[in-house]
Amino acid sequence: MNLLPLFIAIPLGTAFVIVLLGKMREIYSDILASIAALILAILPFILILSLDKGEVLVYSMGKWLPPQGINLVLDGLSRLMLIIINVVGFLAIVYSVSYMKKFTAKSKYYGLFMLMLTGMNGVVLTGDFFNLFVFAEIAAISSYALVAFGVEAEELEASFKYMVMGSIATILILFSIGLLYGLTGSLNMADVGRTIQGNGSTLLSFSMVLFLTGFGIKAAMIPFHAWLPDAHPSAPAPVSAMLSGVLIKALGVYALMRIFFNVFGFNLQLSWVFMILGLLSIFGGGLLALRQDDLKRLLAYSSISQMGFIILGLGCGNYWGILGALFHLLNHSSFKSLLFLNSGAVEYSVGTRKLDKMGGLSKVMPVTGATSTIASLSISGIPPFNGFWSKLFIIIGLVQANHFVLAVLAILASVLTLAYYLRMQRNTFFGKLKKELEKIKEAPLSMCFSMIVLAVVCVGLGIFFYPVMKVVLEPAVEVLQEGIKYSSLILGG
Amino acid sequence: MKDNKGMTLIVKTVIKFLAPIVILFGVYIILHGHLTPGGGFPGGVVVASAFILLTLAYGTEVAEKKMKRSLAALLESTGALFFLILAVLGIFLGGWFFSNFLPKGEPLKLLSAGFIPLANIAIGLKVGGGIFAVFLALVIFRVAGEGGEEQK
Amino acid sequence: MIFFLSFILFLIGLYCVLIKKNLLKIVMGIVIMEYSVSLFLILLGYKKGGFPPIVTPGVEGTNFVDPLPQALVITAIVISIASLALIISLCMRIYQKYKTFDITKIRKLKG
Repeated sequence: MNLLPLFIAIPLGTAFVIVLLGKMREIYSDILASIAALILAILPFILILSLDKGEVLVYSMGKWLPPQGINLVLDGLSRLMLIIINVVGFLAIVYSVSYMKKFTAKSKYYGLFMLMLTGMNGVVLTGDFFNLFVFAEIAAISSYALVAFGVEAEELEASFKYMVMGSIATILILFSIGLLYGLTGSLNMADVGRTIQGNGSTLLSFSMVLFLTGFGIKAAMIPFHAWLPDAHPSAPAPVSAMLSGVLIKALGVYALMRIFFNVFGFNLQLSWVFMILGLLSIFGGGLLALRQDDLKRLLAYSSISQMGFIILGLGCGNYWGILGALFHLLNHSSFKSLLFLNSGAVEYSVGTRKLDKMGGLSKVMPVTGATSTIASLSISGIPPFNGFWSKLFIIIGLVQANHFVLAVLAILASVLTLAYYLRMQRNTFFGKLKKELEKIKEAPLSMCFSMIVLAVVCVGLGIFFYPVMKVVLEPAVEVLQEGIKYSSLILGG
Repeated sequence: MKDNKGMTLIVKTVIKFLAPIVILFGVYIILHGHLTPGGGFPGGVVVASAFILLTLAYGTEVAEKKMKRSLAALLESTGALFFLILAVLGIFLGGWFFSNFLPKGEPLKLLSAGFIPLANIAIGLKVGGGIFAVFLALVIFRVAGEGGEEQK
Repeated sequence: MIFFLSFILFLIGLYCVLIKKNLLKIVMGIVIMEYSVSLFLILLGYKKGGFPPIVTPGVEGTNFVDPLPQALVITAIVISIASLALIISLCMRIYQKYKTFDITKIRKLKG
């Protein structure tokens, strides 16, 4: 039996069952959500084991074959994204079991969370433009509600800002899909890709600009980043981990990659656009992160900066650049989720997020302190950890493409990352423990479990980067490098 | 109806006659979704609008007696689950997700088009329940100022 | 050239979102933008003298307008209803917390 529809059916079904059973005791919704998320987290690995490396799986919904019907496509890139989404999703759910105790209406929280997973799984699996839009909206609307979940003044304000930006983005995307439909008479990505080859129409460029703006807003690249530093810190910690670790990648970067590499075809102008946007994001995000005094805001700005690295690597367009970008995408989802979960644990125990009110916490919170140190070292690119390899690959890619200035700038930006993470570590976990903080306890067990697993993933990805590269990343790089051959793969012929 | 809640007697009387007809019309649109313009979503909105009319004319208490908010939310989730179950049944009975596993029947008859009428009913439940629940949540929020947990 | 109509409508909505200070007017701007896209999609499928794409017994004709954009538009409308309900409830909550709809006064976040 084909497993692809399960990625959409399981979370969707769980969401509504949990809401239906919302009146029952909280423990049932905990168990139900955890089991569903665990199954989802195991499924992608089954897919990897059962399929050959470069195999592409096409599933037609309701037996309607591709140009007419909606199809789900599983190739290397989708497989990478599925692993990231479902594993981080599972860990965030386990973390929420303890963390969300202080909020009411936990069943509604799980329902929204599962809807968000549905949307993201759908986005990375679908091979149809309009379906992509619908799934992106499912994920986006549930994330708007999750950001406002605490219904405090700041959260509502952040959610409103996020929602206005997000709505504009979706409208631009829908406009662009309409334009493409008008030009080609089809909504299937492969079919559209085949039809528009060699068509240099102005409307096509217009639709590309609309896509770039729309998904750029979702990916929070720097001219369109204004919502992210508000929305990500305001959400509950596991949701911030999902938003920063997965959502901006699935809705933003994945869609950009799929559309610009596989449908439109990558060219020199696009490469420059990507590299300039990437560079702006790296430095803008990094410099703004330096002067934050709120722990989660610092992490949010750092997300913008690290997303810049991914976009920059993609902009290179050669093997090493794309490999580095995809590896950095995988790494960023591990360490940034870990850092957000750490910040949640700190907030849970200490009750504040201000950097100057903390210090020496690693004495009283050993697990949180140790995992957070690992994550900080990884994200700053210290050699044995995973962040080092991905940044190295991106820089190799830049050198190979003869962009020496950009390579030097990327190294500088990496040092900048180290600077603000050192500052964060010194202010929170090292230094002298304050008197009033001595009675702090470590976070509960389920929260520690998620943090330890993610820390192990960070270290493991750093040490075993070679097998990971061969098994998971190279098929994904192939998909992007083959570019517009995508359409002949899907439609056959 | 001695209480002063809601609107005037004229409005109340008209709504009393009108609401069942509106509901009937909504159900007609849902059931004939595969034959005529309409379908689950428009029909569901029409059904919900009948309850919204009741709420406007008689006030929230009377409308809540006819259709509780928890019941509306329950109908919404059931509709969505029903739709998903139909889609998953397609895997087992038809071999593909969302495949139309029921016999297609003759075109232009009420009982035709396989599982599309069933899907329309599911969507109708979902939309009708959902929109009325949203409306009640917004209205109760304004009255009580608290407790309107609005999610969808 | 009729497509410029929907583009102008889109720009009106965008102006509303960018310039207006009232939360509800911003929401209205978003709704106007959504309508402009719906209008655009419907116009894409229009044919001169086309029939509605419904099979009716006794009426023969192949000059149907394109039904696909209409299906897309109803989906887009469903989505916009869900997001509209959410954003309206956000506005109500914000009003409850801040006692104002003026975005220049809703600035607890520095950013």
